Amino acid sequence: MTQLLLETGIKIAIILGGMMTAAAYFVLLERRMAAWVQDRIGPNRVGIPGTKVRLFGLGQPLADGIKFILKENYTPAHVNHALYAIAPVVILTAALTTFVVIPMGSLIPHFKVGVPQVGVVDSGHNVEMIAAPGIDVGLILIFALSSIAVYGVILGGWSSNNKYSFLGGLRSSAQLIAYELPLSLGILGVVLAAGSLDIDTITKAQAVQGWYGILQPLGFIVFLIAAFAEASRLPFDLPEAEQELIGGYHTEYAGMKLLLFLVAEFLHMIAASFLIVQLFLGGWHLPFITGDLDNEKITWFTAALRIGVLQAKIFGVIVFFMLVRWSWPRFRFDQLMSLAWKIMLPLGILNLVAVAVVQEFTKPETLNGKVIAIAVGWIVLVAGWLCMALSNPLVTDNRPRRDLSLAEVDAQI
Amino acid sequence: MKPDDPNITWIEEPKLGLAGMLYLPLFVQGLTTTFKHMAKSLGGGVVTVSYPDEEPKIGNPLIYRGVHRLNKDEQGRVKCVACFLCATACPAHCIDIIAAESPWPDREKYPQSFVIDELRCIYCGMCEEACPVDAVELTSLYNLTGRSREEMMFDKEKLLSVYDATKDKEPMKSPALGGTAT
Repeated sequence: MTQLLLETGIKIAIILGGMMTAAAYFVLLERRMAAWVQDRIGPNRVGIPGTKVRLFGLGQPLADGIKFILKENYTPAHVNHALYAIAPVVILTAALTTFVVIPMGSLIPHFKVGVPQVGVVDSGHNVEMIAAPGIDVGLILIFALSSIAVYGVILGGWSSNNKYSFLGGLRSSAQLIAYELPLSLGILGVVLAAGSLDIDTITKAQAVQGWYGILQPLGFIVFLIAAFAEASRLPFDLPEAEQELIGGYHTEYAGMKLLLFLVAEFLHMIAASFLIVQLFLGGWHLPFITGDLDNEKITWFTAALRIGVLQAKIFGVIVFFMLVRWSWPRFRFDQLMSLAWKIMLPLGILNLVAVAVVQEFTKPETLNGKVIAIAVGWIVLVAGWLCMALSNPLVTDNRPRRDLSLAEVDAQI
Repeated sequence: MKPDDPNITWIEEPKLGLAGMLYLPLFVQGLTTTFKHMAKSLGGGVVTVSYPDEEPKIGNPLIYRGVHRLNKDEQGRVKCVACFLCATACPAHCIDIIAAESPWPDREKYPQSFVIDELRCIYCGMCEEACPVDAVELTSLYNLTGRSREEMMFDKEKLLSVYDATKDKEPMKSPALGGTAT
């Protein structure tokens, strides 16, 4: 029992500290990458305080944090005080709790923590690198929590008592709710193929069957786009479109409360990257390198290697997130909605049906089954994509229709 | 204005090609551009400079509009003839001249005091355009700082000293009046 408590405590501390630090440094990475893409140098001056050592600007997150902490915690007079204070806490709690069911690696071999008890022979056990091991509904928990994060956004927007904040919160809730559907449809294919809702089991199933990003490319793309929308990253950052809404739902926030919102946003992005990697890109698995699937045979070397592979993949996905930000302009709101409901939803369902059919008629472990699954996956991708693109082209013209007379327009309204 | 108003000229959007309809080719195109710029920056091809460590290059110092100077003639006297054309042309009213009778035989007036309020100046260069004897010119000095408002009122001595500091790098502009540049 002591061992379990200690173990969990250490894991939570590592995850909490690691994720907050990661979020802070991803802000720096994002700023540097933004600068590079725009042919600038970027923040590179803050190093060790008091010295001239610059360290490529690695002290910047620290300086940012200090700035936020020292700022006046200003609360406007017109807000709803209780909800105004709760909103950032809700959103941060939801974002952080997600990591409880996300594995940070694979296993650590026989390892013993805690006070040795006299007369008890305990050689320790394999430590799973997940804060709450053995939860077999991990994915459902993640969905539940990401839905709670929407409450934070709505509360923040509404309690600010400001039209811009309110519109930002409203947009955000509509967007997040709309994209939950394609997100779940993308995941359903994976769950169906792996036969489990536990992320670790899904990773292991990918080691046997092949990565789901290759087996179900359509599901992968649907999930990827929906994950961008869920994390409110460009091109889906409508909730805080500065040109239209000032700061969006956190316009009225300052100091630490604002920091909580911003950190939560980055945590969403990190969580999304974890999910993308672990559900579709094989998690810690890399063929021929990351060792035997049998839990008893794991060594410290393979354990470290698996952590490294996982983190490298996640880093790659996050860099992709940041590159996309500077490659694509923001969607308009009606385009966003039609993308979710008219394109992503049918594509997600199509992928689900294809996966179900493949699962019914082939054995995914055999070579034959794999080939069939991959072939079906890619054919479905190309066919579905062509069908959607030709039948449902992107509407860019939002001017009033001229083929209707004004009386008809009035009648429609 | 209503949509069926005859005064509106409606322009049709260009039709999306197959690449636009398929989304993906254009997405890859955009991502490639981003990548190219990032690779260029990482290779040192950035267009900005780390300012205090590294001085920026001014494209053409002769047409840059920075701090003013008062030019001197060959005998080291101030060129200005206190005609007030610059003060009249100045849209910000930042030039203040007090004219006096000239001690030299070749002109009638000279500026007893010539003060430019550098904080009020908008660096439009109209004084330079207006001057009939090319006495007031704008140099390429851009790092203009001061600790008080009084310090930023540049008087005749200071403006002449700016000339001494910049005359080698930036020759006077009009060749007709002893300048070298065009």
